[in-house]
Amino acid sequence: MARLDIDFCGIRSPNPFWLASAPPTDKAYNVERAFEAGWGGVVWKTLGEAGPPLVNVNGPRYGALLAVDRSLIGFNNIELITDRDLEVNLEEITAVKRRWPDRAVVVSIMVPCREDSWKAILPRVEDTGCDGIELNFGCPHGMSERGMGSAVGQVPEYIRMVTAWCKRYTRLPVIVKLTPNITDIRHPARAAKEGGADAVSLINTINSIMGVDPDTLTVSPAVGGEGTHGGYCGPAVKPIALNMVAEIARDPNTAGLPISGIGGIGSWRDALDFIALGAGSVQVCTAAMVFGFKIVQEMVSGLCAYLDAKGFSGVEALRGRAVGTVTDWSHLDLNRVSKAVIDQDKCIECGRCHIACEDTAHQAITCTQNGRRHFEVKEEECVGCNLCVNVCPVPGCITLRDLAPGEIDRRTGLAVSARRLEWTAHPNNPMGRRS
Amino acid sequence: MSADRKADIRPGRLTAEAYAAHFADHVPPLTDAQALLEASRCLYCFDAPCTRACPTGIDVPSFIKRIAEENARGAAETILESNPLGGFCARDCPTEVLCEQVCVRNVQQGRPVAIGRLQRFAVDRLMASANNRIFERAPSSGRRAAVVGAGPAGLACAHALARAGHTVTLCDARPKAGGLNEYGVATYKTADDYAQREVEWLLAIGGITLQLGWALTGADQLEGLCRDHDAVFLGLGLADTHRLGVPGETLAGVVDAVEFISALRQAPDPGTVPVGRRVVVIGGGMTAVDAAVQSKLLGAERVDIVYRRGPQHMRASVEEQNLARIRGVGILHWLAPVEVLGEGGAVTGMRFARQQLGAGRLAPTGEECVLEADMVLKAIGQRLGNPVLAQCGLALREGRIAVDESGRTSIPGVWAGGDCIAGGQDLTVDAVAHGLRAARDIDLQLSIARTRSGK
Repeated sequence: MARLDIDFCGIRSPNPFWLASAPPTDKAYNVERAFEAGWGGVVWKTLGEAGPPLVNVNGPRYGALLAVDRSLIGFNNIELITDRDLEVNLEEITAVKRRWPDRAVVVSIMVPCREDSWKAILPRVEDTGCDGIELNFGCPHGMSERGMGSAVGQVPEYIRMVTAWCKRYTRLPVIVKLTPNITDIRHPARAAKEGGADAVSLINTINSIMGVDPDTLTVSPAVGGEGTHGGYCGPAVKPIALNMVAEIARDPNTAGLPISGIGGIGSWRDALDFIALGAGSVQVCTAAMVFGFKIVQEMVSGLCAYLDAKGFSGVEALRGRAVGTVTDWSHLDLNRVSKAVIDQDKCIECGRCHIACEDTAHQAITCTQNGRRHFEVKEEECVGCNLCVNVCPVPGCITLRDLAPGEIDRRTGLAVSARRLEWTAHPNNPMGRRS
Repeated sequence: MSADRKADIRPGRLTAEAYAAHFADHVPPLTDAQALLEASRCLYCFDAPCTRACPTGIDVPSFIKRIAEENARGAAETILESNPLGGFCARDCPTEVLCEQVCVRNVQQGRPVAIGRLQRFAVDRLMASANNRIFERAPSSGRRAAVVGAGPAGLACAHALARAGHTVTLCDARPKAGGLNEYGVATYKTADDYAQREVEWLLAIGGITLQLGWALTGADQLEGLCRDHDAVFLGLGLADTHRLGVPGETLAGVVDAVEFISALRQAPDPGTVPVGRRVVVIGGGMTAVDAAVQSKLLGAERVDIVYRRGPQHMRASVEEQNLARIRGVGILHWLAPVEVLGEGGAVTGMRFARQQLGAGRLAPTGEECVLEADMVLKAIGQRLGNPVLAQCGLALREGRIAVDESGRTSIPGVWAGGDCIAGGQDLTVDAVAHGLRAARDIDLQLSIARTRSGK
């Protein structure tokens, strides 16, 4: 049996599945239930400064993008950091960690961008016995208007500065949570590393508006007829998060920096994506909010079965396996040629591949043959773009076949070269290196 | 009825192709695409009604989510952890009155999630995989248990005990293990010899010695088992069928439905099994439906189920009754047998008296009718039929073995489950639940005994 336990920048947990800092980790009641269900760790919902607690709206805090069967595609929220008293949170964290010594308890913190504010709260948090802290530089709504959250995360210099303060005032591992509301994730990640961060976690939520009510013409959801942008998460954001995780994993400046992957993780398959692209732990929120804490059992089962089936000894053996396969476009091999193949035994003749290709791509799929409805790839037109594969409703019906070296590409009439050719060396590239 | 009419009971009424088609899986397995789509309909309910409706408490939402996540192995683990005979139950359970009846999708979409078919999908996938072992046997406890009867109750009990590290002797009177799974369930529900494949998988846990051809025929045998073992589980099933108790019952062509089903299950080729041209099946339960449908599938021209009460009283589920009708079986109600008619020692028909309910009691209306028949299949229930049990001093209730809520009988050290105990529903899944509950209690008792004895 593969081992699921992890050591993430010195924080140990029995499995890589942590609940992200969010409503599910707001208080001891929830966290206890999460641990009973089997979660490996939690990042406690973000604590703010001592003093009067924050105030949330008392109306819709969440909005969702749903499929026709009402399965959830994307999720949006305007909740702030914890609206409970700091002292209560600290007491509960202390008690929970004492009761669950084998689970990871990381505390998320967001206080104003002043050294004394961080200096004041860090020893208090450390006293709870928690395993690490996560700096919330990501929250994109509400808190950012007060100069915190993503307002810090969007300025690499601030990240570096605050991270350095934290490293100065606590011995706990420091995880910096990054906002995706930036143009190049590598800069904040580098800043975190320069500030001394032990790890980064990403992504936080993405600025979003869910829609407009067609009857009232107000943004939706609305609080008293008005809305504001929220933070978007759930399955829809996974590809965005994966790209950012991979960018950090393959950036020489941050290579080796532990990454806690967040963004649309709802199953072991999603977790696999993040781990293979470099994440050492994964954090979940939306899926738990949709299905309840029990889903961690399905995640654990699936990941375990996969690791066993593939002969991996544990999570660490899988981590980063796909990072080396991510490269820049300019380094892709332009001599490789693929062609779509339609399995006629599986084809149900819906015609979606044809119309997609005919209207919007390369006119490379027939719709009739000898007067009969028939869909087949015209290799002389096909560029192997994968559009038909993606629109086909039948799994495995349309696939891409890689042409072997020497085989004639019927579109160009040329034999496929065995030699690698990148854009950097391509004859059409005016900037290209000629070899 | 003409005097020169000859009883027409014979095999080979159909072509080989027709037999093959008739006795293939009557509910085909789901394809990968179908399974994923169907699994996506499951809402992963909290405190799921389907799980509560399952006698073995299978965590249905969990296993379906695992199917949706393409983790069929994990799904099978969830199923088999609660019910090691989950593969058979997926084929045989009347899901329409268990898990699927209470599926919340019934309310919202008018159609439940196909839980039974999804369960079969997951277990079939595991069974077909290179490594289909998912359970590790605990280190040997040094304790011994005897299980009498290798039907679903006995198999479940033996497997659970062996898994817990106990050494099990599993006895059965028949030449094959499986009990009703092997001998009593319709052939089209268990195509591809599934019952035997499941038995093999169960026994592969190790620690179980199978002793076939061993029948409990004397009180001294039970004493011997008790003497030689730390615990005994009785999962004997029901050995005898009820008699019609009308004239003509001994005529050639009057057959126990259970025997008829068993002979068909054991026949290497259904084309060798004789069936009447006109068949009358007496009864109103699952056995009656199985016998009637299979008579039709064997090529009988006309098959009628005749039941002495109304449709609402039939023990066969509505789904089963519909299956029978779709297959061309007639179902006649309110007719009680009066006499089996015959000529030259063979059945020619049957006379019935029309019944009505008066003050809660069934009473004849005075009207009678005759149905022509070459074959009469009796499916009016089974009974314990083993006098040894009473001789051993086992307390009986309603003609079956009395047990408490842990499956303990009146004799210390002896547990029982399955159809042979009082108060059951006579379902495979129920028998499995009995076997597992007894195994839990036996394991607990043996652990306590070991702690006390300091071993």
